[in-house]
Amino acid sequence: MGVASVDELFSSIPEALRLKRALHLPSPLSELELRNHLREISRKNAHGEDWSVFLGGGSYSHYIPSPVSQLLTRGEFLTAYTPYQPEISQGTLQAIFEYQTMVCEILGMEVSNASHYDGSTGTAEATLMALAITKRKKILAARSLHPEYRETLATYVQDPKVRIEEISYTSEGTIDRSQLKRLMSQDVGCVVAATPNFFGIIEDLTDVAQMVHDAGGLLVTSTTEPFALGLFKSPGEMGVDIAVAEGQSFGNTMSFGGPGLGFFATKNKYVRAMPGRLVGETVDAAGHRGYVLTLATREQHIRREKASSNICTNVALCALAATITMTLLGKIGYQEIAQMNFDRATDFKERLSKIAGIRVPLTGTTFNEFVIQTGEDPQKLIESLLQDKIIAGIPLVRWYPELKNSLLLCITEMNTDEQMEKLIQGLKRSL
Amino acid sequence: MSSGQRGFQFDEPLSFEISREGRSSASLPKYSQKVREVPPSLKRSQPARLPQLSELEAIRHFTRLSQWNFSIDTNFYPLGSCTMKYNPRINEETARYTGFAHVHPYQPISTVQGCLQLVHELEAYLTEIAGMDAVTLQPAAGAHGELTGVLVMRAYLRAQGNPRKKILIPDSAHGTNPATCSMADYDVVQIRTGKEGRLSASLVAQLMTDEIAGLMLTNPSTLGLFETEIREIADIVHAKGGLVYGDGANMNALLGKARPGDLGIDLLHYNLHKTFTTPHGGGGPGSGPLAVKKSLAPFLPTPRVYKRENGSYDLDFNHPQSIGRVRAFLGNFGMMVRAYTYIREMGPEGLKRATELAVLNANYIKSRLREYYHLPFGEGTMHEVVFSDKKQKEFHVSTLDIAKRLMDFGYHPPTIYFPLVIFGALMIEPTETESKETLDSFCEAMIQIAKEAREQPELLQKAPHNTRLRRLDEAKAARELKLRYSF
Repeated sequence: MGVASVDELFSSIPEALRLKRALHLPSPLSELELRNHLREISRKNAHGEDWSVFLGGGSYSHYIPSPVSQLLTRGEFLTAYTPYQPEISQGTLQAIFEYQTMVCEILGMEVSNASHYDGSTGTAEATLMALAITKRKKILAARSLHPEYRETLATYVQDPKVRIEEISYTSEGTIDRSQLKRLMSQDVGCVVAATPNFFGIIEDLTDVAQMVHDAGGLLVTSTTEPFALGLFKSPGEMGVDIAVAEGQSFGNTMSFGGPGLGFFATKNKYVRAMPGRLVGETVDAAGHRGYVLTLATREQHIRREKASSNICTNVALCALAATITMTLLGKIGYQEIAQMNFDRATDFKERLSKIAGIRVPLTGTTFNEFVIQTGEDPQKLIESLLQDKIIAGIPLVRWYPELKNSLLLCITEMNTDEQMEKLIQGLKRSL
Repeated sequence: MSSGQRGFQFDEPLSFEISREGRSSASLPKYSQKVREVPPSLKRSQPARLPQLSELEAIRHFTRLSQWNFSIDTNFYPLGSCTMKYNPRINEETARYTGFAHVHPYQPISTVQGCLQLVHELEAYLTEIAGMDAVTLQPAAGAHGELTGVLVMRAYLRAQGNPRKKILIPDSAHGTNPATCSMADYDVVQIRTGKEGRLSASLVAQLMTDEIAGLMLTNPSTLGLFETEIREIADIVHAKGGLVYGDGANMNALLGKARPGDLGIDLLHYNLHKTFTTPHGGGGPGSGPLAVKKSLAPFLPTPRVYKRENGSYDLDFNHPQSIGRVRAFLGNFGMMVRAYTYIREMGPEGLKRATELAVLNANYIKSRLREYYHLPFGEGTMHEVVFSDKKQKEFHVSTLDIAKRLMDFGYHPPTIYFPLVIFGALMIEPTETESKETLDSFCEAMIQIAKEAREQPELLQKAPHNTRLRRLDEAKAARELKLRYSF
């Protein structure tokens, strides 16, 4: 090679700029020590396998079939990259094509991308996409949309001419139609709504779609819990133009909130305005069916500053986890889990509402989450239940000062009858 | 019917095509609740047509699909700029510990002390490696880290009185850089790469005005070259009140050797899947931590993780100058556990050694192939080397043909046609985790292909020959869009 030492290979770094000391990092650990060290850190966390956890709010504990993790850790899936070379990437490509089909089916939409980072960033980019399509500058966002999604959207909106206005919710927890009507105008680019919304409330948005379409705008929906769509009307059935969802519920662990999985789907006519990777069907030189990344002319590596987004990779492995899970659950299992969540959570909501000192402030139909209100600050209640290894719910006052003393509770198929009984006893004791 | 092929690769239809009505492998508990009716106005009219397979059928389906993938675990994957190094399996184990994988992001702070400790410590490691003062782990991927970074620049400059209008970007940059600037409402001013493949301080001086928010650069550049005038360039940008943004895609060439913060770079995003061995996963999930100098720290996304005097950890939402959230929750925690595991396994000397071997391997490939392939910029190669198809062009053989032929020899092709400043680029990044024997076999295949280009160009033009599928018709895919299965 014509060099005397490895150091010589770094001679293009000017002497004055080189680091002349060792990095201040802990000394290396062997595999055994690493295991112990990481396990020790992990033990400082409470988790759903030891504790009774009743939390949702955009991250859900669901049944993950046993083959999922084992298939995901196959090196051929785990250690491949973006399928730039289709001849040797058909596994990833066909799986994404199946994923796109399943997302379209679940959301009731015509076309899906290969996935977005998560529900929050997907919602923000869907909103920007709607503004780009309508060439308008006003966003009407539901207050019942996940508060951290609304914050993310606010960060993403950088054009100083764009305005975000908020639509409040009714005592049912649904979008305030009369306010929406007042705010609706010819300069509204899109309405951003959620179903189920952050309070777990399901609503039919068909009339909202009609209203915004009549004004020449688009309807964007954001769904944090797509298991609800196993029973309830899909965005497509309501006339939604861009439907986003957080797909973590399908086969992905909560992992303290990330990685997530952004479902992102729209109507065929908007496909060229959609951000993110897309897989399409084609044939090879011998006429065999195969799949490739397509419509790259929307993307950053071709269009650079004129791209529809800067998004590069999707979250392929999370999308694969969801694809495997949806394949294992299938048409029937998906509906069964949805029904089970709806039945058990609604039943539990009714039982809680009969306990003295607890009321249900929002009266609409809920899926697997609902809001309860107590007579005092729930922080004390939460603390006292921790002693019984119960994590009771998410206090809402941080985002909704008007909902003081309120908790958002979630029941999935993972919460056993015993856990629910334990929570009821705990609540009765503490209230 | 599936049929076996050579090497036990099986045909495998779409899951929807092997689906049979009524089949399901879901194993669900029977609870006692009564079945409730959904109000008719809210009821879904048609069930989602998910495929219906038995568990074994589903496992075969995905096992067969996996066998159609090339991966790092299959063989050498020298995809330049993507850093396809070995992904240690211990990372997968630790990330799946129940105390990490099954933790909910809204649990009370007292019940997530381990997660916050890991975040806090990883932030400290990444701060030290970059020579910066603060790190946020919130961004979901490299491009998302870029967006976060450019928004931080904008917020900082706005606080100084003027967010400015434009950002300077070299013509060799990743496409995400200009796309990010557009999302952050900046116009892009492109800078030409100089004669030696490097950015010249005098050119930056000519372009830098007080209209310009700063410069975005990758160092080493996408040509695999260290920007030798970086310090002068940074001084020029700073003198006009601008900031220098570092794209950390190539941080794996600098670990323990030089720190962006010491080079005059004000902020830098990492790609945990490139430098810190989190799996590429077929294209994500990524994680794009952003490291910044002290003056930019107040603008980082909230919440921030901090350590109390009593040693416990907490979240701080009170940063009035913050750009706000860039996503829900605290970031791709699962990826953080893997990167943390890797850094603790390597230690300071191990990381430095990884960089040294990555640079050594790239230089070895350069020295073995430069006689056979055109090398536009020969000196100062770091972790990757960029050749072109200039020598093969006269035989009507292109970079694409060379790439496809490599598959016949059992290799993943390099990154092709990038960076754009080199026509017909072949960008090879071997990484530190490959042996000399592997590099030799790869080089021999490349040399054989150079010979074939002269003697049998049609062999290359029609390649690949040994793969399950031949070249795919990408034009047809874009012309006759078929993006989902039609029932």
